[in-house]
Amino acid sequence: MKRAFKMPGFSIGFILAFTFVAAALVSFVWTPFGTSGVDIVNKLHTPDATNWFGTDHLGRDIFSMIMVGARTSIAVAIVAVGIGVLLGVPLGLAAAARKGSLLDEVIMRGNDLIFAFPALLIAILITAVFGPSAINAIIAIGIFNIPVFARLTRGGALSLWTRDFVLAARVAGKSRLRISFEHILPNITNLLIVQGTIQFSLGILAEAALSYIGLGAQPPIPSWGRMLADSQTMVSFAPHLALFPGLAIVLTVLGLNLMGDALRDLFDPKLRRDRQ
Amino acid sequence: MLLFTLKRLLSLGLSLIAASVAIFFVVEIIPGDPARLMLGINATQDAVDALRTQMGLDQGLLARYWLWASGLLRGDFGISYTYRVPVAEMVQGRVWVSLPLALYALLLSTAIAFPIGILAAAKRGSWADWLVMGGTQLGVAIPNFWFAMIMVSILAIKFRLFSAGGFPGWEAPLAALKALTLPAVVLALPQASILARVMRSSLLDTLSEDFMRTARAKGRTARGAMVHHALRNAMIPVLTIIGLQFSFLLAGAIIIEKIFFLPGLGSMIFTAITQRDLIVVESVVMLLVFAVILVTFLVDITYALVDPRLRRRA
Amino acid sequence: MSLLSINGLKLSIGAAEILHDVSLSVDAGQITAVIGESGSGKSMTAYCVNQLLPRGARTKGKVQFNGQDMLALDEATLCQMRGKDIGMVFQEPMTALNPVQTIGAQVAETVLIHGAASKPEALKIARETLNRVGLPEDEFPLSRYPHELSGGQRQRVVIAMAIALRPQLLIADEPTTALDVTTQAQIMDLLKRLVQEDGMGLLLISHDLGVVADVADHIVIMQKGKVVEQGATAHIFQHMLHPYTKALFEASSHKPDRAAKPEDTLILEVRNLIRDYPLPRTSLFGPAPKFRAVNGVSFTLKKGESLGLVGESGCGKSTLTRAILGLEAIQGGSISINGQEVKAGHTVPRQLRRNMQVVFQDPYGSFNPRHKVARLVSEPFHLLDTPPKGAARKAAISEALEAVGMHSEDADKYIHEFSGGQRQRIAIARALIIKPELIILDEAVSALDVSIRAQILDLLAELSDRLSLSYLFISHDLSVVRAITDRVMVMKSGEIVEEGATETIFQTPQHDYTRALLAAAPSLEDLMQ
Repeated sequence: MKRAFKMPGFSIGFILAFTFVAAALVSFVWTPFGTSGVDIVNKLHTPDATNWFGTDHLGRDIFSMIMVGARTSIAVAIVAVGIGVLLGVPLGLAAAARKGSLLDEVIMRGNDLIFAFPALLIAILITAVFGPSAINAIIAIGIFNIPVFARLTRGGALSLWTRDFVLAARVAGKSRLRISFEHILPNITNLLIVQGTIQFSLGILAEAALSYIGLGAQPPIPSWGRMLADSQTMVSFAPHLALFPGLAIVLTVLGLNLMGDALRDLFDPKLRRDRQ
Repeated sequence: MLLFTLKRLLSLGLSLIAASVAIFFVVEIIPGDPARLMLGINATQDAVDALRTQMGLDQGLLARYWLWASGLLRGDFGISYTYRVPVAEMVQGRVWVSLPLALYALLLSTAIAFPIGILAAAKRGSWADWLVMGGTQLGVAIPNFWFAMIMVSILAIKFRLFSAGGFPGWEAPLAALKALTLPAVVLALPQASILARVMRSSLLDTLSEDFMRTARAKGRTARGAMVHHALRNAMIPVLTIIGLQFSFLLAGAIIIEKIFFLPGLGSMIFTAITQRDLIVVESVVMLLVFAVILVTFLVDITYALVDPRLRRRA
Repeated sequence: MSLLSINGLKLSIGAAEILHDVSLSVDAGQITAVIGESGSGKSMTAYCVNQLLPRGARTKGKVQFNGQDMLALDEATLCQMRGKDIGMVFQEPMTALNPVQTIGAQVAETVLIHGAASKPEALKIARETLNRVGLPEDEFPLSRYPHELSGGQRQRVVIAMAIALRPQLLIADEPTTALDVTTQAQIMDLLKRLVQEDGMGLLLISHDLGVVADVADHIVIMQKGKVVEQGATAHIFQHMLHPYTKALFEASSHKPDRAAKPEDTLILEVRNLIRDYPLPRTSLFGPAPKFRAVNGVSFTLKKGESLGLVGESGCGKSTLTRAILGLEAIQGGSISINGQEVKAGHTVPRQLRRNMQVVFQDPYGSFNPRHKVARLVSEPFHLLDTPPKGAARKAAISEALEAVGMHSEDADKYIHEFSGGQRQRIAIARALIIKPELIILDEAVSALDVSIRAQILDLLAELSDRLSLSYLFISHDLSVVRAITDRVMVMKSGEIVEEGATETIFQTPQHDYTRALLAAAPSLEDLMQ
């Protein structure tokens, strides 16, 4: 972990991502202004000393809204990744442990089926049928994460099953289930961490897109995507309305991607050898 | 090769069937009563019953599925509830906006991504490499709808270089292309970033392979080895990504079409969803999924053509 | 004047100094072999000649080829010389060829790069060269792809690419290390023939004295980046001066002392064992095709006895091992362990598997990098009904580690802190911990350097004497098998073709295949006479 911070990409990424996570957490206790009230008198102020990011068309302080919006984006993305990991990883492990069997075929076909649906389409379908809400957005994004992690886990696990130390465990009489958890899983955590960071950033983008078209968290819950949608008609005379939510998305995603890339380089055995 | 193609075709057929079942399941079974969903909670029971009969919902599940699926194969996509027009007719006009847009964006994406990806790999660690890596990191992080808003406000409104939206139809091809340009650029940006990174990493992996060393030992210059050996091998994983990108472009187009007021499939689905026209939703989603599965099939075939090792196995 | 003459060569890569003052020469029509263990710098010396060094490499000294100093030439000139005047053959034939190009195109490429002929002529030259290296047209048309060839065949293609323009110097970096014994011998013969036919010089890099002693005119011995001894082959064999040379020779022909005689009780009895693998379907109808990996193998193993199993890759020895260890079911015949029989259709059950353990080939892949040594060594406890816990467990781990010459404190370390030889000791400790009667050693010393190998063989001999252990020693390396086994079996295509006391088999082999194997792997003792 200390080695990670020595890499500039990771540190910058971590600072960026952490800023928004911290903002989200702090928002539970404090924001400069409230976000639910409407204050038409103060509408459309450009950024100044009181409202650091200005106010929107309803007079709400944009800085506070960004902080609270961070909650939505991060919560949706994390839970969606969680769904993907909790369901996808065991599926991948099972498929690899019984490679070539019916179970493996079924899991692979299931993955392919979900991949055949463009990601956004699944989300739109689900929220269309079940109604738009943050929970449905989580489910929709989560569903797409499952085959991503299943495929990644299966690939990583397969290459480990041929290694001699797994053979040694089989000679010691351990079952495939036990080997999957004792030997395979600990050795693919690096892969999962890297992919997890990437999926997290993708989740934030997906949530923003869904909120933008009105299918994510509904008002009064603030979300960055909806802030952008609301700002669209006023962007010519109040660009700050679109600037800050957009920047928030870009910087959080950028931060996570930088972290993910740095971790990937850190864990890559080829690069590790060169470093030594 | 023939056996391989046949096996893949079989796989394609099975995927289509599986996808159609999944779509049918989500749209017609999960909501419980699609007719009520379409009409809303306040509709009278009579209205709901009338719609149920009209949609054939009083028949059994299997019969309904068969009706719908066989209709699709004949080209009968049902009749839109909102517009009372055959869905097939509605789709036809719109396909000619969405498909060209996706292809245009794909073309732009590859045209940008390949050169910069190759450059970054060839000059690894140089300032060019850092520039490409930095630029693509940014490109991946920018939501395309935000980028669209910025582009529209700068290029269309401020500088009046492009129109802010709308599609004039293909009778005036140049104007049509112009109308599609800004949307295509906006769609292509994040995709080009991803593709450039994949190209770079695939090429870097290939450059470290043993057969590259063999090529140098034969007397190839670094550039010669790159051109004659590395590029073709590095393309193989890149092909899969391009196939995936097509799927993404078709879906991503949904939002972009809305922003630029383009009459494509994406905005059609969108409107249909807000109007609860499940018939349209069902069939158009199926159409999009078919396009994705078809592209995956074509990518697999191309894969086998490029990499002879795949031809023997199936 | 020598074709190639290296004088006072120093090489450093980054901060590490790789070569110190290396001097050697290669004459036209002669073979100079550079021998050394891993880390000796032998490969790097070769790369200095055609300047295919990694980034950050700095050289000093002189590398004279045909009067030109290779270290002073620019890249463009070097590119012209590579492939035309200097050819190179690498160690790993499986990855040395471009998988998406035909072999014809790749051999012709050497010609085309140097503009020596037009495209159709280049293909003709490619065809002739492939014929020269033993790949005739009827079986190996130019349109073949690398994945359709075996390792030995691919290496021939690599050689063809290197000699297509009849270069003056050929550099071969461990060209046969990754190949089977008989294939090794064939490739060495090929190289020798090409040297004679073309009058080119060959710089041959290897770690295996036996392989090289037969063909080399001069031998250069390297250790830790320095040349410790060099001279004509016969001279070196008769008058070894440097202690390292002597140690290397000694280790190559090392024979550990074994005192104890095997007892009469049968530990393992295999009768007509049959093992089939299902193959992927080629047609939709009919039963799935099967591959018979083990075809009616029978043998016995007594307590305290060491039985060798020799065979090349693909002969079925790994499958046989896995069936005996209970990892796979058998389709025919039976396995009896300590008198208890396991019949066809079954796998060896847990209670019987307690009597056997295994040591694998790759010291770097046989341990989970995330676990500490204590956990790794105690894994076989899973086979016991009541594995020891707490203090008893710790004591058992310490005992196993000390028995193999390690320390009980090592139990708390991670595996990456140990060298290859130490890891194999830990692997043996893992095999010993539940006190089995039989240990299967699957190429257990093949990946080790020669000097380490000798130590491990000594350890194995001592353990066998002290604990009355039986060994099933699987190897492709005949000299190792000769050193440590009482009896030996030769396996080919799933069958045992010959079996008997080790010395008898080695001195008077009966079967053709055994004779071919022995002829391919000359022993150093024979050569020294």
